[in-house]
Amino acid sequence: MLDAFFYFIQQVINGLTIGSTYALIAIGYTMVYGIIGMINFAHGEVYMIGTYIAFVVITGMTMLGVEYVPLILACALLIAIIVSSSFGWAIERTAYRPLRGANRLIPLISAIGMSIFLQNYVVLAQGSRDVAIPPMVSGGWNFGSETFQASLSYMQLLIFVATFISMTSLTLFITKSRMGRACRAVAEDIKMANLLGINTNQVISYTFVIGASLAAVAGLLLGLYYGVANPHIGFIAGLKAFTAAVLGGIGSIPGAMLGGIILGLTESMTAAYISSEWKDAVSFGLLVLILLFKPTGLLGKQEVEKV
Amino acid sequence: MQANLGHAFFSGLITFILSFPLLGLNLVTGGTSIEIQGAEPETFFYIAAAVGIVFFYQLFRDKLSNLTSAIPRPNFDSGYQSLSQAKKNKVNSWGSALLVMAALIWPFMVSRGSIDLATLVLIYVMLGLGLNIVVGLAGLLDLGYVAFYAVGAYSYALLSLYFGVSFWVALPIAGIMAALFGFLLGFPVLRLRGDYLAIVTLGFGEIIRIFLLNTTSLTGGPNGIGSIDKPTLFGMEFGRRVKEEGNTLFHEVMGISYDSTYKVIFLYILALLLVLFTIFVIRRLVRMPVGRAWEALREDEIACRSLGLNRTAIKLSAFTIGAAFAGFAGCFFAARQGFISPESFTFIESAIILAIVVLGGMGSQAGVILAAIAMTVLPELAREFQEYRMLMFGLMMVLMMVWRPQGLLPSKRPHMELINE
Repeated sequence: MLDAFFYFIQQVINGLTIGSTYALIAIGYTMVYGIIGMINFAHGEVYMIGTYIAFVVITGMTMLGVEYVPLILACALLIAIIVSSSFGWAIERTAYRPLRGANRLIPLISAIGMSIFLQNYVVLAQGSRDVAIPPMVSGGWNFGSETFQASLSYMQLLIFVATFISMTSLTLFITKSRMGRACRAVAEDIKMANLLGINTNQVISYTFVIGASLAAVAGLLLGLYYGVANPHIGFIAGLKAFTAAVLGGIGSIPGAMLGGIILGLTESMTAAYISSEWKDAVSFGLLVLILLFKPTGLLGKQEVEKV
Repeated sequence: MQANLGHAFFSGLITFILSFPLLGLNLVTGGTSIEIQGAEPETFFYIAAAVGIVFFYQLFRDKLSNLTSAIPRPNFDSGYQSLSQAKKNKVNSWGSALLVMAALIWPFMVSRGSIDLATLVLIYVMLGLGLNIVVGLAGLLDLGYVAFYAVGAYSYALLSLYFGVSFWVALPIAGIMAALFGFLLGFPVLRLRGDYLAIVTLGFGEIIRIFLLNTTSLTGGPNGIGSIDKPTLFGMEFGRRVKEEGNTLFHEVMGISYDSTYKVIFLYILALLLVLFTIFVIRRLVRMPVGRAWEALREDEIACRSLGLNRTAIKLSAFTIGAAFAGFAGCFFAARQGFISPESFTFIESAIILAIVVLGGMGSQAGVILAAIAMTVLPELAREFQEYRMLMFGLMMVLMMVWRPQGLLPSKRPHMELINE
């Protein structure tokens, strides 16, 4: 009985770990959707690039003889954020901005094309095989009964802390800063914001940069957690994160966080109690179910159709 | 120029950040350790060249755009546009008759590889036309169209494997099965708004693929299903020897010597007939009340409801009919390949089919055909640049959308506009 309880606790911890990284990636989808109403399909690739850059920096610094792990991680985080947000900015500038105001499907196709392009760019640059790095953060905290030991590793703790800090600073930025206020205004009504003298193009660029930075954080964290990466991880992670964003109500930032956590928990529970092969099918099934009963997602706003 | 200097510097810097860490520093796994190797010197040269080009382009942007705007733009279709409507109809019907004739004669003159490629193009044409009903005509964004393709393919494969059903019997069954799946999926999800519908269909596509992958005892899982029977022509087989009791051999009946090319040509003509059938049915449908309702619904949903049209029924009909054509295409695909596995039904296929529809100009049949040819043949021509193929494919999709968002041949239909002066 106690074993079953600790086993359950373990699944909750694992689910929250994955879920919080999904939430980080989902923010990028939900913010872009909230402002310009398009699905940024290439966002998953930005996350994948974040992982690669983090791996490059970690390996490079280890080769240079740096042994102090927090310094390595801080540098990896910083550089991954810089490179990923450059990608986010460049993607918006080249593939989406010329299409502003076109039919909804046009930017979507452009985004899918961009996603294919970036994936193959990394394949060409770094090869398509898995790259693995040695674990950087090891050890953990064990608890439980004598027959079953649940554990919370320091890596998982790091993921919780980093996600919490990112989410808090994002919330503060959106609610308190001048730019954040401009973001909300543009999301509310882009034309009106333009008339009121907000540089909407700049706001949209910032949105992509913020989304890409959070994806880079997720890239570093998940890269460290799994220890391997390949150029194709972006697609499935992007799909999951987008599912999380829709689940929570697309366009809503708290919704993306909630959706990520729910999705992560669903996955770990399915993997533990049913079968790990079916976890993706169950999470998409859950998405369909929730949308059936609440078509705007859990925290989404009901949109009024205007003639 | 002074004003552009800052921007040019920034763009150059971004180009450097985008290219240097990924292209210049390669992660190399050696045994158990991992290390970084600098790339070849020429890669660094290319990076520097790219940065330089971006810098100078941004610096002299204004002058360059002045130069290019001086070049007159060619106008290709002006001669055709000036014809009267009756003449246009005549030109169109003669043109299509000639095209069909050419498509029928053509395979007897070219190599086997070209016919094979053409058959593949025709499969994509069929898929594109089917998805065109859903996306182009009814305006419903479906990102999981490949699921219905998979249902059609697996219907035939399973029926043939377990019950020995022949291709001709399985073809309508595959269409009906796919339509049924379209109906069952469409029933609950069609009340969702555009993008939610997109993601639910995407999820559905993945569910079908995962289902096929995991039910190993029934579908063979990742190993797929092999040695599916090829289609026959009135009981005549195209192999060297008779496979099934009671069948005859094509070359024996015709009194000619055996040649494997006959089978390829037969499959090509079969695909061509299926495509012609698809085109014919859809052209009729568009002129029927249901087709008009699809387009009306795409243009203005609220107006449709005010006029008393049943929104759900219209969407559902588009979804179901579109799915049925994917089922036919899937059935033919299974028969042609002789082997299918879930690998053939990934999201990228859905994306390619969607790209064909959008690239062709949504709602336009001729455009879909042209785009299917472009999307299939162009990557094939670039075989020598194998590694750059998908890179170019992605780039082409982006550039096409930026340069010609309305598609290659946008559909034109009679319409009236308020004069807005």
